[in-house]
Amino acid sequence: MRKSRTIDISTGLFVLLGMTAILFLVTQITNREFALRTDSYRLQAQFGNVGGLKAGAPVSMAGVTIGRVESIGYDMDLFKAVVTLRIDKRYDEIPNDSDAGILTAGLLGGQYVGITPGGSEETFKDGDRVEFVQDAIVLENLISKYLFNQAREQATGGEVAATQKGELQP
Amino acid sequence: MNPAAAGHALPAANAADVATLRGVDYSVGGKPVFTGLDISIRRGDVTAIMGPSGTGKTTLLRLITGQLRPDAGTVIVDGQDVAGLDSSGLYVLRRKIGMLFQNGALLTDLDVFENVAFPLREHARLPERLVRNIVLTKLHAVGLRGAAGLMPQELSGGMARRVALARAIVMDPQILLYDEPFAGLDPISMGVVLRLIRSLNEALGISSIVVTHDVREVSQIADASYILSDGRVVASGTPEQLREHGSPVVQQFMEGLADGPVRFHYPAPDYRKQLLDRSEVA
Amino acid sequence: MKALVGDLASSLMEFLERLGAMTRFAGAVVAQSPAALLRPRLVVEQVYNTGALSLVIIMTCGLFVGMVLGLQGYELLQRFGSEESLGVGAALSLLKELGPVVTALLFAGRAGTALASELGLMRATDQLSAMEVMAVDPMRRVVVPRFLGGVISMPLLTAVFIAVALYGVQLVGVQFLGVDQGQFWSQMRGAVEFEDVREGLVKGFTFGVACSLIAVFEGYNAQPTAEGVGRATTRTVVISAVVTLVLDYILTAIML
Repeated sequence: MRKSRTIDISTGLFVLLGMTAILFLVTQITNREFALRTDSYRLQAQFGNVGGLKAGAPVSMAGVTIGRVESIGYDMDLFKAVVTLRIDKRYDEIPNDSDAGILTAGLLGGQYVGITPGGSEETFKDGDRVEFVQDAIVLENLISKYLFNQAREQATGGEVAATQKGELQP
Repeated sequence: MNPAAAGHALPAANAADVATLRGVDYSVGGKPVFTGLDISIRRGDVTAIMGPSGTGKTTLLRLITGQLRPDAGTVIVDGQDVAGLDSSGLYVLRRKIGMLFQNGALLTDLDVFENVAFPLREHARLPERLVRNIVLTKLHAVGLRGAAGLMPQELSGGMARRVALARAIVMDPQILLYDEPFAGLDPISMGVVLRLIRSLNEALGISSIVVTHDVREVSQIADASYILSDGRVVASGTPEQLREHGSPVVQQFMEGLADGPVRFHYPAPDYRKQLLDRSEVA
Repeated sequence: MKALVGDLASSLMEFLERLGAMTRFAGAVVAQSPAALLRPRLVVEQVYNTGALSLVIIMTCGLFVGMVLGLQGYELLQRFGSEESLGVGAALSLLKELGPVVTALLFAGRAGTALASELGLMRATDQLSAMEVMAVDPMRRVVVPRFLGGVISMPLLTAVFIAVALYGVQLVGVQFLGVDQGQFWSQMRGAVEFEDVREGLVKGFTFGVACSLIAVFEGYNAQPTAEGVGRATTRTVVISAVVTLVLDYILTAIML
């Protein structure tokens, strides 16, 4: 029965190799942080427009990822998008007047939630709502705002621009 | 079977028969292989089934094992209608049958010992020592106990066939089927196989059905013979009776004549005409 | 013209007949699978036969596919000045497409033909018939373990292929061509999602089921002659290749 032992060992090695490869692929090349579920707390934020924000998008402070967007819902009474954030328990001293904004990574990257710290002595607790929010910047609005400004400038012959520059008193 | 028909010298079927085929029709792809076939195999006999190549002798064996079902007629083996058996019934039937295939049909990834032990391992949960004893005994009966460790690829044709025979008898079957057991063997191996068929039939008290066209060889050991042609029995009897048989088909077959009812020339247009026909050559 | 249409019609009939036969066969194989698992020894032998013995070819080809990908990818990205994205591009293309598909084609060529020719040979030498007469179900003893062996091996082989290929990309990109190692891996980690890995493994598993099924079907139903076995192995490779690519499109469309 010697031959069958060799076969068993070789098969075992093969399966081990395969499993290791799968494990490698799953852990080493993806950006899933597996430890997030266990030690984290929830925050809520209401946005007028979440833009392209998706569940699973990172939540960061000063560029460091401190959590994930857990879910995005819509409140029919408030007419606002309700975003639930999961923050790692390690970062439990965020001032409760901090600002949550929807930012874009890079020029065409995915959107994420950036938290800018405020000055309050008290910190967020599990289940708190973030008061100060900044909606996502929608490109169309930006363009139409720019065009509107241009149109106004044309119409008033440069006065508006000058006013905005502070040279002329309105 | 009509005893009055000329040349059918065997008695009518009775309960002592181990296998009976009655009015069996079978065709493959529209072409009839058997038409109204009637055969009775007496218990304890070595029965030879002979006939020219292509008369479906292997098909006959498959009808007996239940691997094929007849289009019409009945096949009764050991008192049971094969066509009426479900898979568990077939399972029981096949454990009573041992079959020796033309090339041995040994499993190529197992050695000789494991090949012979195969039916035991699949069907019975026996302690290893018992398995070993049985296998070695059967191998000894065919004279190959010393070859137990060889692989099938290392065996000669005759040896492979003997191992297959050992495998066929390992479960102590009641019926042994032999499909062309002498094909391609040298005289010595042929003599060995002949002797084994006969002695196993006596020693194990079984019935053997040998499908072959080696007339001279099988005549030495057969108790009863059938000659098939065109899908039906054309003659039956003991080897002596067949030798004296009047029918030209039987005569041509038994004597090995080049021309007779089975023509030498394949159907072709007129010889002279074809040679002189210029239009065929471009 | 009429002959051509007639030919097409009969080919279509033949195709449908084969498809039907394969579906019934597949049903029988799947139905017998749980029973076959009760004989783990047979399945383990077949995992060895289809998987462990294919490792060398999979790893060699994986390495070179990765190296070529590194080379081509670098040259391509250099035109846009984004060499650092080599890791991302290579990882995603390997995970989602290159890995499962190339592994499946290699599998069909090495393991598929082995399965088909083994079963075809058993058919031609009456071994399958002998098993039937010995009241052993050849499906359970010989066919299903081979099928299961292939199904288990394919996803593992796919993973090994992708992992080795990534090493090859890294070897060429970072070691030979000077892409920054940190950027290579961090960009990859930033862009590759768990869903991408899952997509690759699901494809690997599906291709494994398809190619193993085709191989055992062709072998089991081969004509019992030498040409028949040869034809069966050829058909295995051809049909496996076509089915793999068709399934690839379907799966990609579903999963995107």
